[in-house]
Amino acid sequence: MEIPYTVEAHPETGLNNGKIGIWLFLTSEVMLFGALFATFIMLRIGSDGNWAAMQAEAELNIPLATLNTAVLIASSLTMVMAWASLMRGQLGRFKLFGWLTVACGGIFLVIKYFEYTAKFEHHHYPESSTFLAIYFAMTGLHALHVIGGMAWNAYFTGPGSKLFHTNRQWLTDRVEHSGLFWHFVDLVWIFLFPVFYLL
Amino acid sequence: MAEPVHASPAHDEHHHDQSFWRKYIFSTDHKVIGVQYSVTGLAFLFFGFVLMMVMRWNLAYPGEPIPFIGSLLGENRAPGGIMLPDFYNELGAMHGTIMVFLGVVPLAVGGFGNFVMPLQLGAPDMAFPRINMISYWCLFMGGVTMFASFFLPNGAAGNGWTSYSPLADIALNGQTAWLIGMIFLITSSLLGAVNFITTAIQLRAPGMTWMRLPFFCWAQIVTAFLLLLAFPPLEAAGVLQLMDRVANTSFFIPEGLVVGGEVLERSGGGSPLLWQHLFWFLAHPEVYVLILPAMGIVAEVIANNSRKPLWGYRSMVYSLIFLGFMSFIVWAHHMFITGMGSVMSTFFQTTTMIISIPSVIILSALFISLWGGSIRYNTAMLFALGFLPMFGIGGLTGLPLGLSAADIPLHDTYYVIGHFHYVVAPGTLFALFAGVYYWFPKVTGRKMNEFLGKLHFWPSLVFMNGVFFPMMIQGLNGVSRRLADGGITYDFAGEVAGLNRMMSVSAWCLALAQIPFIINFFMSIRNGEKAGRNPWNSTTVEWLAPSPAPHGNFDQEIVVTRGPYEYSVPGSDKDYVPQAEPAST
Repeated sequence: MEIPYTVEAHPETGLNNGKIGIWLFLTSEVMLFGALFATFIMLRIGSDGNWAAMQAEAELNIPLATLNTAVLIASSLTMVMAWASLMRGQLGRFKLFGWLTVACGGIFLVIKYFEYTAKFEHHHYPESSTFLAIYFAMTGLHALHVIGGMAWNAYFTGPGSKLFHTNRQWLTDRVEHSGLFWHFVDLVWIFLFPVFYLL
Repeated sequence: MAEPVHASPAHDEHHHDQSFWRKYIFSTDHKVIGVQYSVTGLAFLFFGFVLMMVMRWNLAYPGEPIPFIGSLLGENRAPGGIMLPDFYNELGAMHGTIMVFLGVVPLAVGGFGNFVMPLQLGAPDMAFPRINMISYWCLFMGGVTMFASFFLPNGAAGNGWTSYSPLADIALNGQTAWLIGMIFLITSSLLGAVNFITTAIQLRAPGMTWMRLPFFCWAQIVTAFLLLLAFPPLEAAGVLQLMDRVANTSFFIPEGLVVGGEVLERSGGGSPLLWQHLFWFLAHPEVYVLILPAMGIVAEVIANNSRKPLWGYRSMVYSLIFLGFMSFIVWAHHMFITGMGSVMSTFFQTTTMIISIPSVIILSALFISLWGGSIRYNTAMLFALGFLPMFGIGGLTGLPLGLSAADIPLHDTYYVIGHFHYVVAPGTLFALFAGVYYWFPKVTGRKMNEFLGKLHFWPSLVFMNGVFFPMMIQGLNGVSRRLADGGITYDFAGEVAGLNRMMSVSAWCLALAQIPFIINFFMSIRNGEKAGRNPWNSTTVEWLAPSPAPHGNFDQEIVVTRGPYEYSVPGSDKDYVPQAEPAST
């Protein structure tokens, strides 16, 4: 049995099921990170003016984070290029940009790993202060999202790309949806970066 | 691909024999998943009820050994069969958690929503059948985690179903397992919500416009939005509390917290109130997750058995949507005595008074729907009729709690327990029973027994009130909740402490009253009176499918031509006109 509008768009909504599903999922993600940003605000307000001191003590590495921001933005670009290649029917270019996107995610995580270990070497743990606690909670949850997005993209670029030969439209839609998720993960970092490193 | 697969006949030629595992265990058919959810929900409702019956022993006979099972509980829970207060706390916390997240929600949303909604929409299945399956198995994992936590060395979570910090941050019991279980349950609800909304938007049969949707579907859609938007903040809060417990952070721990006479060695700087805000931001919409599907079921049963259209269908739908929206901005009425300030209290008591309006509109419309109807008093209808006054009592007793001045003396007393149990137990549970009796023929092809059904309803109605009404009296006298001995050590409880025995006996009799239901349920699966497609002469689309419905649901094309409740249409040859019947016949 086939589910209607898995691939073709519904005549009234103009969307397929997956597109609606991914947008609904992203609204719940907004609520998830929204709650964490609200926590950040409450902790900062409740810190009796100690926030700046806690932040200074944590010694976050701004140059590395800037580099990471650039890496993630680049990955969003390659993500769009991957999708656009599929739209043009170029499987080779799609795979190239798809793997580049996954690689950018990997570079981001490696840099993040060095940032985390540097913190641990200076005995800066989540338990050290509420600033570090919310820093590790939010960047850690974001890193999990990066891993999830990488797995998703790797599947469609690798084994999932066989669908290109049987149902190209479906593969294009799926890549578009994983791209929406990837851009969302990127966007979360665009908020995290100034909030933790620059403010 | 372009063919409208929507309402095409079931593809018998594609129907290949599936293995037992694919067909019944890891099925992607929304009807099988709905039954899985329902059975899981009913089992956990029973388990949660058993926990409460054990608690009620200690409330009625504090310090006396528990009969029959007391010796089985172990020395660290009930030495010599006498319940320890810590064990009472575990039972209380797990009773709440299990009833809400593993009992009512799986049955009302996962069970009825999954089984009935696609059928009522005229859809062949859910939009994402595999995600539907994963959603059920996440719930199952969450249930296993919660159940298994009773066997941890320090027992299950015992910090109330609200898990208030900082107590829940530092407690030595199974709170960590509770949090992990909750993350499974939240994931399950999120996946389910995405699926429900997408299905309702995309897979309605041709002609099924929004204002032709049965009220039950509207209730499920609004519920799905609540789950989608309210659960993630609790997931965030759960992650933070988990970090407080395993990574020694201080999200919810203030500076200089003294535990057991010593200052806790934490960095501090966190806020216990933050947990309450994040928790109630979920948990108030959660109340509506419990009640809205129940209202949906009751509306279907009442329209069908009063043989009349629902009175004020449109106002009911708009009220439902308004209710869903408002439920996001009333959460802090649970926190009036936390010292959050009178400005906040004023705002939240205002929104709380406003949210009562749409609830009253829906309840009034359901009452007026009965007016002048030729009512059939079958078991489903009796439970639906029982719901109306019971939910009415529950709702009206909530009003004093929504006003901060009245809430201050009533907060954390048995009055609160009585109030929300009236909403959820004789309210939602009665509606769910009505749904079981009403849709049982669609699931199994057979009706449930009417005599056993009435034997289930009348004692349940009496004993439900026997359990919950005395709670109001106790609460108004100031008896606090969460006292393992029922408050006998307090002078002011003296006059009303005796009511504990009445409530406990009522609770055990209520258990006996469920025996006809259990017998009826299993007996009717095999031996019930055979039901055709439409045993209740109903109008909505699910009754056009065969009973039980095959994979793919319909064996005819569904084109909806009219509203959902065309009963007793003047000039029609029968007293109901199905939604998807051509207008000319």
